[in-house]
Amino acid sequence: MTSQDHLPPTRAEKRQAKRIKRFDNPWMNPKLIWGAALLLGIIAMGIIGRFVWDPDLVFTGSSMLRLPPVGFENLRGQAGSMANPLGTDGGGRDVLALIIIGAPNTLFVGLLASLIGMSIGIFLGFSAGFLGGRTDDIIRVSADVMITIPPLLILVVFQSAFGDVSLTMMALLIAGFVWQSPTRLIRAQVLSMKQSGYVQMAQLSGASTSHIMFREMMPNLVPYLFGSFIASVTTSIVTAVGLEVLGLGPQRIPTLGRTIYEAINAGALIQNLWWWWGIPTLLLAIIFIGLLLINLGLDEVSNPRLRRLS
Amino acid sequence: MGRIPRAYLINRLTTLILTVLIAATIIWIIPRLSPVDPAEIALGRMAAGAGSVANSEEILAQLRANMGIDEPMLLQYFRYITGALVFDFGLSTAAFPTPVSTLILNALPWTLGLMILSLIITFVIGNLLGALMVWDRSPKLVRVAIPAAMVFTSIPPILSGLLLMWVFAAKLQWFPLTGAYSIFVEPGWTWEFVQSVVYHGFLPALSIVVVTFGFWALGMRGLMIGVQGEDYVKLAEAKGLRPRYILYRYMIRNAILPQITAFALKIGLLIAGQVLVERIFAYNGMGKLLYDAILNQDFPVIQGVSFVIILITALSVFLVDLVYPFIDPRIRHEVA
Repeated sequence: MTSQDHLPPTRAEKRQAKRIKRFDNPWMNPKLIWGAALLLGIIAMGIIGRFVWDPDLVFTGSSMLRLPPVGFENLRGQAGSMANPLGTDGGGRDVLALIIIGAPNTLFVGLLASLIGMSIGIFLGFSAGFLGGRTDDIIRVSADVMITIPPLLILVVFQSAFGDVSLTMMALLIAGFVWQSPTRLIRAQVLSMKQSGYVQMAQLSGASTSHIMFREMMPNLVPYLFGSFIASVTTSIVTAVGLEVLGLGPQRIPTLGRTIYEAINAGALIQNLWWWWGIPTLLLAIIFIGLLLINLGLDEVSNPRLRRLS
Repeated sequence: MGRIPRAYLINRLTTLILTVLIAATIIWIIPRLSPVDPAEIALGRMAAGAGSVANSEEILAQLRANMGIDEPMLLQYFRYITGALVFDFGLSTAAFPTPVSTLILNALPWTLGLMILSLIITFVIGNLLGALMVWDRSPKLVRVAIPAAMVFTSIPPILSGLLLMWVFAAKLQWFPLTGAYSIFVEPGWTWEFVQSVVYHGFLPALSIVVVTFGFWALGMRGLMIGVQGEDYVKLAEAKGLRPRYILYRYMIRNAILPQITAFALKIGLLIAGQVLVERIFAYNGMGKLLYDAILNQDFPVIQGVSFVIILITALSVFLVDLVYPFIDPRIRHEVA
């Protein structure tokens, strides 16, 4: 394809070449990379933050109340200082320390809940698709039933009855509501794959069920599994934040949602204490944007028709 | 078009009934597993009002009898389920002699109104933008701007609500901070009241619209790509029909139908998101009712609100499933 008079390639041609090269490996998708980078950034902030910043500043009364971030002034005329670079909340907690501890907590709940939910989903989806019959009926109907029940409402009942929960407990509770979509998705995929040539070929050549499941089917399911996983992380975090904003969820562990809850209750919006609710909101937004970018990237990985549009 | 096959109807109906029954059962079981005794909470509330309470054991027993929690479990459960079917959830413990159903009936119109309004707006805007992203004649600006705006549609409505509230209600003071109508206006079908409701409802609705249109736009984009290469679109182009006409009558009309089923899967999340928006705007709907009930540990109200919201969700899904084949004649009811 080289031009005969050896002209140096124009910029557009170079870009085109780069695009083609990039698309050779669908996983090198810019959206995917950006999304993953945002989430890794949050995790890195949580890990590095604990070493370079004093995590004890998350305790109530560890600093002065309602100090503004550096470069701003609060209603009492106090200027922000480097002692609390992002300001403090109404209980004297350092906002920087709050997000260093709180943001990874929020991610942790989302990841743990969906990890459990996905495992249940993979197990049930494969069982339903493979075994068929009665098992399939029961799994299909229960997934159909559970998918219409909004998790938030059931969890509200649960947590208002039981009071305080731990982070892990909350993740476990949420996991009970994020297995349905993966189950349905995997069941549908397994059913259609069972009819495909390569699976029937494997069956005819005497491959074991586990070989067919994990060596033949699983690799084709990977983009779907990832997509489904990210979607349930989003659902889990939305549910967790929803509970926290209603004043439920863990009461003594700092989370982004709980910080927002306390800020709203203290009237931070009218008192112009924007850093108190605004910084946790911003971090949550970054988490959600990161998850969406990963999901869009995965869509393009599994559906090449979408790629030319970006 | 055609009649709905009986087997399909029975199938969907069973799912609906099962969903409502299972949800109602879970909601009933959970508080009974908890060590918290609602009678003690009620007594505590009395004590807080009166300073001290004499004969507390007798009062506790009487309260338990009133609440019906001294009866056998099975009887309680039966009574609860038959009550829930006629929307009888007992009396609120925080607003004591008021029945829960009255509280819910007062809140429900606000929630449904806000939901239907914001849903229609997002559906129209989202699908239109999704279609424009694929359409090869849409302006370049549109094709660049929409995907960029879509990034923000991943955040839940509560966060956008906080931002909008801060900018437009707290800072600029263009809109009221909280409430569903002005306290200076008498509720009723007067022009002033309607004006007040629209004015107060604008920000909550906007905070839902700005972040949920992306869901429809994304779905529509995928569907439009599928329609784009179809023969009938090529034929329409070859016939020399106006591009705009092809877009609306040929492409969008064919692509939009599966979006209606997507709605069925999404409605639960949409309602949950709206409950939270109502909570931060202190909008007089189910969200505020639920939040107040959580604060007061008012279990009958929490149960009632959760049940009604789950019922609305399940009914919407059921209706979408039934109506869909009438809208899209290509779909045959499949008896799974």
